[in-house]
Amino acid sequence: MSDEEDLILSELNDEELVEQMYDDLYDGLKDELEEGVQILLDRGWAPYKVLTEALVGGMTIVGNDFRDGILFVPEVLMAAGAMKGGMAILKPLLVETGAPRAGRMVIGTVKGDIHDIGQNLVTMMMEGAGFEVKNIGINNPVESYLDAAKEFEADIIGMSALLTTTMPYMKIVIDTMKEQGLRDDYIVLVGGAPLNEEFGKAIGADAYCRDAAVAVETAKSLMARKHNQLTA
Amino acid sequence: MAQLNDDTLTRAGLEASVETGRVLLIACGALAREIIDLKESNGWDHMAITCLPAILHNSPQDIPAAVRHAVEKHRADFDQIFVVYADCGTGGQLQRVCDELGVKMVPGPHCYSFFEGNDRFAAKSDTEFTAFYLTDFLVRQFEAFVIKPLGLDRYPELRDTYFGHYEKLVYQAQTIDTALEEKARACAAQLGLAYEYRFTGYGDLETTLTGVARS
Repeated sequence: MSDEEDLILSELNDEELVEQMYDDLYDGLKDELEEGVQILLDRGWAPYKVLTEALVGGMTIVGNDFRDGILFVPEVLMAAGAMKGGMAILKPLLVETGAPRAGRMVIGTVKGDIHDIGQNLVTMMMEGAGFEVKNIGINNPVESYLDAAKEFEADIIGMSALLTTTMPYMKIVIDTMKEQGLRDDYIVLVGGAPLNEEFGKAIGADAYCRDAAVAVETAKSLMARKHNQLTA
Repeated sequence: MAQLNDDTLTRAGLEASVETGRVLLIACGALAREIIDLKESNGWDHMAITCLPAILHNSPQDIPAAVRHAVEKHRADFDQIFVVYADCGTGGQLQRVCDELGVKMVPGPHCYSFFEGNDRFAAKSDTEFTAFYLTDFLVRQFEAFVIKPLGLDRYPELRDTYFGHYEKLVYQAQTIDTALEEKARACAAQLGLAYEYRFTGYGDLETTLTGVARS
């Protein structure tokens, strides 16, 4: 999607610039994307508008092409790196300007597992969708999830695993939540390459999420349902 | 040992060595050399082998369907079929398919585990989950299985995104080969990891296939 000729981003109108930012995000061009974010802010765009229309819009294209087998993991990671650069500019501004918040999530990879690429993508996409996310990293025992969820006042606990040998630990976390009477306090989402929907159901999670985009949609849907239950 | 080409084993696999017979081993292409060596050195002439493309290792969700297809293709021509895969990242799905088809498979989570011995590997799981493993085949095909699919040839800056939490590369050697050992050491350096050499031989693969040969 990249053009050969050099473009002066500041000379593009808003619509052209956003289109170019989609291309830059797709191509993983972090510096160019950060420049685009700054130009839109300088033009008076609200940080939330920059986030949703330029960054999330672009990352949605990346996510769709990944799902459809057009883009592969390395390209998605390069795009994510670019988006992270844009998010770093926007994050403090989003806090200042009181952008809408969709919910709070704690996410981490389970004990014995050090693979965090998936959960980092989920973190980024959830933040892009207006969730506040505390990413507790890799190799998390049950206490780490529960302590972080309590301290962060989370609505959602997300667990990730890449290995067949580590994914059963998710059930230990959920069973501990049940034992402590905490299960209904949180929405539990699980994901990772060897998992599937059947496994998610079997261990008592609220949902299995195939990828980051599905995680966002599932989280929004379950948060809306939770909100409706509370207000009913 | 029969002439084998690693690139072919990675991309295309291996056709069945005979069209009919008593026992067919349906294996991962990454195990072809080891299985054929065991077959030849033990005189297991009643066992034929066919291999699926080894690169399925990188998309384990596709392994169960590929194994199912292979079993259904060959089952009428053999008295017994044995699947020479462990779970291999399928999250139990391959076991489910094998149960459904009435065929047995190698116990354990993956080849790193059965080469080392499943019990021994499991005993190390609490302390060695920051190890990245390579076998003989994966050392030979490092570029095809690691560098290119992860995009490290195009985006070397992604190295630490993938390997930042790993601490060491363990080369599980099935054979003694100083050239492979040198290459494995270079692979570790390329990934920024400490290097450890560990001779495993064929481990549980040998004992499992011995059991199949005698059954």
